Amino acid sequence: MNRRLFLSSLVLAPSLAAAGGSFFIKNAKILTVTKGRVDGALLIRDGKIAAIGANLTAPADALTLDAEGGYLMPGIVDCHAHVGADAINEGTISVSSMVRIEDVLAPDDVQIYRGLAAGVTTSNVLHGSANTIGGQCSVVKMRWGKSATQMVFAGAKPGIKFALGENVKRSGGGTNFSGTLRYPATRMGVEDVVREAFNDARAYQRQRDEYQTRLAKGERVLPPRRDFKLEPLVEVLEGRRLVHAHCYRSDEILMLLRAAEEFGFRIRTLQHGLEAYKVAKEIAKHGAGVSTFADSWSYKIEAYDAIPYNAALCMKAGVLTSLNTDAPVTQQRHLLQDAAKTLRYGQLTDDEALSLITINPARQLMIEDRVGSLEVGKDADIVFTDKHPLSLYAKVRKVFIDGEVYFDREQDIRQRAERAERRKALIEKLKPAARPSQKKGAR
Amino acid sequence: MQRMLLAAALVTAALTYAEDFALRGVTVHPISAPEIPNAVLVVTGDRIAAFGPKQTIPKGHRIIEAKGLHVYPGMIDSASVLGLSEIGSVRETQDIEELGDFNPQLRTMIAFNPGSEHIPVSRASGITASLVVPSGGFIGGQAAMMHLDGWTWEEMTVAPSAAMQMRLPSQETTVTGRAFGAGRRTFAEVRRRYEEQMQQVRLFFEQARAYQARKANPALGFKPDLRLEAMMPVLAGKTPLMIVAPKERAIRDAMAFAEREKVRIVLAGVREVDPFLEELARKKIPVVLPDLYQVPLEEDASIDDPLDVPAKLAKAGVAFAFGSYNIERPRNLPFQAANAVGHGLPHETAMRALTLGAAEIWGVADRIGSLEAGKLADLILTDGDPLEPRTQIRQMWILGKPVSLENRHTRLYEQYKKRL
Repeated sequence: MNRRLFLSSLVLAPSLAAAGGSFFIKNAKILTVTKGRVDGALLIRDGKIAAIGANLTAPADALTLDAEGGYLMPGIVDCHAHVGADAINEGTISVSSMVRIEDVLAPDDVQIYRGLAAGVTTSNVLHGSANTIGGQCSVVKMRWGKSATQMVFAGAKPGIKFALGENVKRSGGGTNFSGTLRYPATRMGVEDVVREAFNDARAYQRQRDEYQTRLAKGERVLPPRRDFKLEPLVEVLEGRRLVHAHCYRSDEILMLLRAAEEFGFRIRTLQHGLEAYKVAKEIAKHGAGVSTFADSWSYKIEAYDAIPYNAALCMKAGVLTSLNTDAPVTQQRHLLQDAAKTLRYGQLTDDEALSLITINPARQLMIEDRVGSLEVGKDADIVFTDKHPLSLYAKVRKVFIDGEVYFDREQDIRQRAERAERRKALIEKLKPAARPSQKKGAR
Repeated sequence: MQRMLLAAALVTAALTYAEDFALRGVTVHPISAPEIPNAVLVVTGDRIAAFGPKQTIPKGHRIIEAKGLHVYPGMIDSASVLGLSEIGSVRETQDIEELGDFNPQLRTMIAFNPGSEHIPVSRASGITASLVVPSGGFIGGQAAMMHLDGWTWEEMTVAPSAAMQMRLPSQETTVTGRAFGAGRRTFAEVRRRYEEQMQQVRLFFEQARAYQARKANPALGFKPDLRLEAMMPVLAGKTPLMIVAPKERAIRDAMAFAEREKVRIVLAGVREVDPFLEELARKKIPVVLPDLYQVPLEEDASIDDPLDVPAKLAKAGVAFAFGSYNIERPRNLPFQAANAVGHGLPHETAMRALTLGAAEIWGVADRIGSLEAGKLADLILTDGDPLEPRTQIRQMWILGKPVSLENRHTRLYEQYKKRL
């Protein structure tokens, strides 16, 4: 169905949308994630969390919401998603660092609304995994109804996608491959692509540095020709761009850590990293984070040793760990449930489980001063659920971003009938009987 | 807690033979009757002997203290490819889809790999039996109900032919798969193709009926036909056709087809149930739920789709069961059921659909699906609600025998924990 039609029917009730000022949410069990649980109230002012406490009183100018004993938790951060993007893979070349997800953000992708409805307030929208060095990613807030520009998480550190293993080797041939062959075809070749790219980047960096030095000395020199492919890689070398690397097997994880160390930079996150638990010590020492699936496995051979204890083991090894969806591969609406699974697999505590989808991914994206926990001064990105959010029986009732209600379950339910009516009316219009009769030769 | 679990796993691993035992102090959830707290449940051989609050423990039965724990019947996955698939992307490990349009003679039972790593992984979530379903063409073959423990497929078979898998020709314009090839087609083109294929399906059923008649009065030189022979239990109404029908047109087609051919059907993977709720209940047509982890069917569909399908069916009085479909999903079956509870399905209806309800649909309720004296002892012992991930499944018995909850994943976990 038409996206725009859908979009237009999901406009919020004015009473909630207009309250850009202050909200006072009382009678809530507040799971701060970083500072324990507070039973009481939370005050939102100017898009930020202004106060959390057991004995707060409602300011006169604030709109009061009674949580009726329900739960508040921080907005969920998905460190790896492909929601809200019109294109994912520039897979024709092995190094596509010049392309940017930000150029193809699609704010009317219904996946944004669905993720939002499940409590996801921030997503790291990544390039795909078709090539070794992919495109530049975009951290967005799930501001459904806003423009592409307004979705962007202003101030988030830029990132880039890398990918290793089966996906990038796929164009190197194989039984079912019928396209144009593309290097690399092996994990050996994948390492080579990474090293060659950073060898080039380093040379480009030296050229630029030398230009600056000579310029400073007062020499008259021509600037080096700009290279949009190598520029983001120089940013990686200089620690100004975060590397999010899709990987599966322990050998390739170790390879990438060592390749990065050779060139003097750090991998920010190992995405998926299904075998990260096998080299958790090495990952911790390098300082990379791991952003993994809850329990996906066996869909390909490199996922055969994937275990649902991966997150727990990585955490125990001191690795900054999160759970992601790779949406639409798995759905954002199950991210809370994915976190709950670590209560069984590895027996994490509630706070540890929740941290996997809130403060930890926020830290991985280096936006933890803004989001990821309920603390005074942080963005008011808040999820309100009827039951404990780690119970599979819980439902998300409201979601706030920057202190505004972006999802309201009651309202969503009210709008369903109206949407069905509009759909029916459109279908009626399509029926031949409803069309004006067209006589032959009338036009 | 983890150590306790491990110890329990070691104990069960050591017991490779069935031993008479009794659970004491346990809360019994028979499913067919209300729960009984602080009870004794007695297992003799491969059967449940008796249970009750004041049940005496016969001589020679090992006593297992289970205070604060809960015993339920093992859960049943009503649509899986367990044992037929190992690695999703590796064709060599797939035995789900045969070539050809009509293959009623094919049996999943005999291709069920008892060594598949997916079997113990599924058990760890509390699943003790699984309906293993083929696909491909219009009639994919016979779905078998398999126990998730045993040395051979023969030992593991609960019912060799619980259902005949079928998919009617599709009228969808956007399709993938062998029957159509991928892409989008015009409705006129789809319709023409659909009519042709429907003709083939009708013809196949006519052939089967003609064969049935010939077989009743065999002429000299009558030669059995394996394909048509396999259709006899379907025509006799003994084996239901399990028809995959996600969308409205497919559901309507399947119901009309059942009416015309006078066969028993179970609908599988249904999504667009709204127009059919009353009719499904009235005609007593059971349903296997779709994989509830799928996205809503249309962009403007409710965000609750398909998680609210079970609640709708339950409210209308339609019998249904849960199915995992995908090889990765069986262990999430109880979680899918919990999601359905979160979307309005009564908890006890969810538990029933995972156990007795499924057994009834597949004609095996005389042996599995509930805790009743005389039924097979397929049990799970938990420390809480088996649908919540917070709960741990402590022990499992299949046919009265303790079954290990260890699997590829717990082994790798224990192995690499040592390296931290």
